[in-house]
Amino acid sequence: MLRYALRRVVLAIPLLLGITLISFFVIHLAPGEPTEIGTGDTPIQSDKEVRERLRQVYGLDKPLHVQYWTWLTRLVQLDFGRSFSPDARPVLQKIGERLPVTLLLNIVEMMIIVVLAIPIGVFSATRQYSKFDKITTIFVFLGFATPDFWLALMLMILFGVQLGWLPISGLRSPTWEYLSFWQQQWDFVGHLILPILVATFGGLAGFSRYMRQSMLEVVRQDYIQSARAKGLAESVVIGKHALRNALLPIVTVLGLSLPGLIGGSVIVESIFAIPGMGQLMVQAVFERDYPVIMGNLVIVATLTLGANLIADLTYSVVDPRIRVAARRGRR
Amino acid sequence: MSRRDPLRLFRLLVVLALAGCGGEADSAVDRVTGQSAGKPVHGDTFIDALTGNISGLIPNVLTDSASFEVGSLIYSGLVTRDKDLNIIGELAESWDFSPDCLDLTFRLRRNVRWHDGRAFTADDIVFTYETMINPKTPTAYREDFRAIDSVEAVDPFTLHVRYKQPYAKALQSWATWILPRHVLESYVRAGRLREAPQNRANPVGTGPYRFSEWKPSEKVVLVANPDYFEGRPYISRIVYRIIPSQATIFLELKAKGVDSAGPAGLTALQFKRQAEFPAFRKAYNKFQYQDNVYTYLGFNLSDPRFADKRVRQAFAHAIDKRLLIEGVRLGLGREATGPFKPGTWAYNPNVRTYPYDLAKARELLAAAGWRERNIDGILVKDGQPFEFVLRTNQGNDERRKVAEIVQASLKDLGVRVDIQVIEWASFLKEYIKKKRFEAIILGWGIGLDPDQYEVWHSSKTGADDLNRIGYANAEADEMLEKGRASCVEAARKKYYDRFQEILAEDQPIVFLYFRDALPVISSRIRGIIPSPNGIRHNFNEWYVPKPLQRYTAG
Repeated sequence: MLRYALRRVVLAIPLLLGITLISFFVIHLAPGEPTEIGTGDTPIQSDKEVRERLRQVYGLDKPLHVQYWTWLTRLVQLDFGRSFSPDARPVLQKIGERLPVTLLLNIVEMMIIVVLAIPIGVFSATRQYSKFDKITTIFVFLGFATPDFWLALMLMILFGVQLGWLPISGLRSPTWEYLSFWQQQWDFVGHLILPILVATFGGLAGFSRYMRQSMLEVVRQDYIQSARAKGLAESVVIGKHALRNALLPIVTVLGLSLPGLIGGSVIVESIFAIPGMGQLMVQAVFERDYPVIMGNLVIVATLTLGANLIADLTYSVVDPRIRVAARRGRR
Repeated sequence: MSRRDPLRLFRLLVVLALAGCGGEADSAVDRVTGQSAGKPVHGDTFIDALTGNISGLIPNVLTDSASFEVGSLIYSGLVTRDKDLNIIGELAESWDFSPDCLDLTFRLRRNVRWHDGRAFTADDIVFTYETMINPKTPTAYREDFRAIDSVEAVDPFTLHVRYKQPYAKALQSWATWILPRHVLESYVRAGRLREAPQNRANPVGTGPYRFSEWKPSEKVVLVANPDYFEGRPYISRIVYRIIPSQATIFLELKAKGVDSAGPAGLTALQFKRQAEFPAFRKAYNKFQYQDNVYTYLGFNLSDPRFADKRVRQAFAHAIDKRLLIEGVRLGLGREATGPFKPGTWAYNPNVRTYPYDLAKARELLAAAGWRERNIDGILVKDGQPFEFVLRTNQGNDERRKVAEIVQASLKDLGVRVDIQVIEWASFLKEYIKKKRFEAIILGWGIGLDPDQYEVWHSSKTGADDLNRIGYANAEADEMLEKGRASCVEAARKKYYDRFQEILAEDQPIVFLYFRDALPVISSRIRGIIPSPNGIRHNFNEWYVPKPLQRYTAG
């Protein structure tokens, strides 16, 4: 297995290179350069000299493949460059400010979804077409169909304006500095409740349906019937034998969702005024801020390849059939 | 109905009745003008909302309005504008402008200190000038300083500026943010002003507020400058919360999480329909004044159809502007007849106007050769139906609605319009700069000086210039040139009056409307004076009476 993992890691490098190459050229296909965007509706003539100088500083006057090469050589030294937006800050700093919040929100959301989706899926499958199954089906699809921003606003009105229980937006209160340590932590948690609620409600459908479907297939298998025939209690049949097999596809799905952890929904972030990765990326695209876009891309691509590898390895660890097949294949 | 119900109902009514009375015991206060029975006091925090993150703390190298909003309180200029839009001194006590408009001498205030304690002198202004004209400084505002021949600090409190030729915007250009030499000189010399640490934290200015904190994309905090030369501002602290969504800002207002809807104010819908209930009116004061932005329907004047003045005039007659403002702004805007704001000194009310008149519009089009119609009812000329694509930029709901109304209005006339909404950067690069457009809906923000040379002069029609429609009128050119070459208001007025007459007659664009700014401020804040210059012109004089102060830390 170690050889397999090593082979995958080695293969990932040219793959990553290809991804960055194609992405780099595709991004530059969009018309407009960061120096050309100008001042919008204010009739201020953007200075030609200034623009030319900036173009030189950014390297935009060089041919595309030269720009790519420059970017690549800097990247291998782990230098992600500086943003092309007026604040000219290092890309890693800009991403580093936003990543923790996005990661926190996404990880908590995923944990809640997994903890809720597995029991929901199991019970729905074992009590197929029962009232529980029907109600939860409607509930999760409602969550899936509801637009995030609408739900966000409704919850903000209910909990923020009418009941006054939770803060409406942002990460911390404006008076945060003047609170005691524990009040500060509670304040922070309070600000995260609504965004996590909104995200969870929408994401529950996917996992719970996977779980339900997987469980349904497993429960029909012969070995489940033989387990019951052996006289095992139903809870052991379902909880031990069926569940372990049903969880296998979930492992894959979880693994594949890992790269998504660093992405944020720009709509939800804008509504909740949370400075996350979604807003950063959308703004970078509108501003044609190539270093930031590429920086994000590299991180996501690396994570995706890494997560795929981990998912595959985990799968072979968790599912003995794959291990045996691999061994048999080698003989 | 059980026996308990009547009593419960009665108790409920009593509670409701009592809730209706009471509240703030400030009947002696005229809330709108903020004149109260009491002296201003220091204290409290003002929580404002910005819809975009600021990009930095040195506005000279930035272009976004959020940064300017914050920067205007940290830095000062030599001059500024009072509530009636007259130029008054800020860092300058007085000035002399020679009759030939070439020599400008400022006498500066003494005992002004930078936020780090050092004394402000004329040398800092010389430094600011050097910064602005240094080719390595990435600023968009160099133009004003190119007209200068020399800047000299005659003594620490007297500055002499000499212009190459009379430049109308001379005095106005000195409202720019003055920078400290002792802090920023090395960065400017190296061409790294944007990377200077003062662009990220602890900027040093002479303004009424000092920097306290900037959490990118979360908030910016300013505190009152106790050494401010006009006296310490009353409001002790300002927290700008960065909230991108206007819907969220409105909810925060309702939940008292912010004290203002931001410099941009509420949307027309929020202002007119959702901010009318009693609790809101009690907690907040709503203001309405004419903003400096007008929306227009522009034409590509090199298109032979639009090159004919009669076609443009016909369109102007075919669009009911009053109805447009009702539909798009719910009536919260004013008709525009030209590129100047009504109420300003350069505005000319006596120009040709285009009231809604479909018959007149048809007549004009017929005179231009558009007489016959095809089976679909569209006008044809030489076998070509009158159809074109109307483009506007994505992200602006208002402009999209304007486009739809224009489309419907022109349909009545017999002209077919298709609408395209395009992302800004692509729009600019592919359509506007390459002049690959037929008609557009866009807006212009107007500066405080009437000079609009960059937008209307025939020499400014290049790909990167601002005369995007390609307007070229010799007499208009002459008026623009003369207008910017004089510094005597009365003389300039004559030129700009004539300029507006020409534009009104020519209709190179159809001027649609000036929108109203709709700011909302917490009613506990006193001292607000609505004026042609908006409400923030005297921000340093706003205060909150002691019993009403909400945030008492700092």
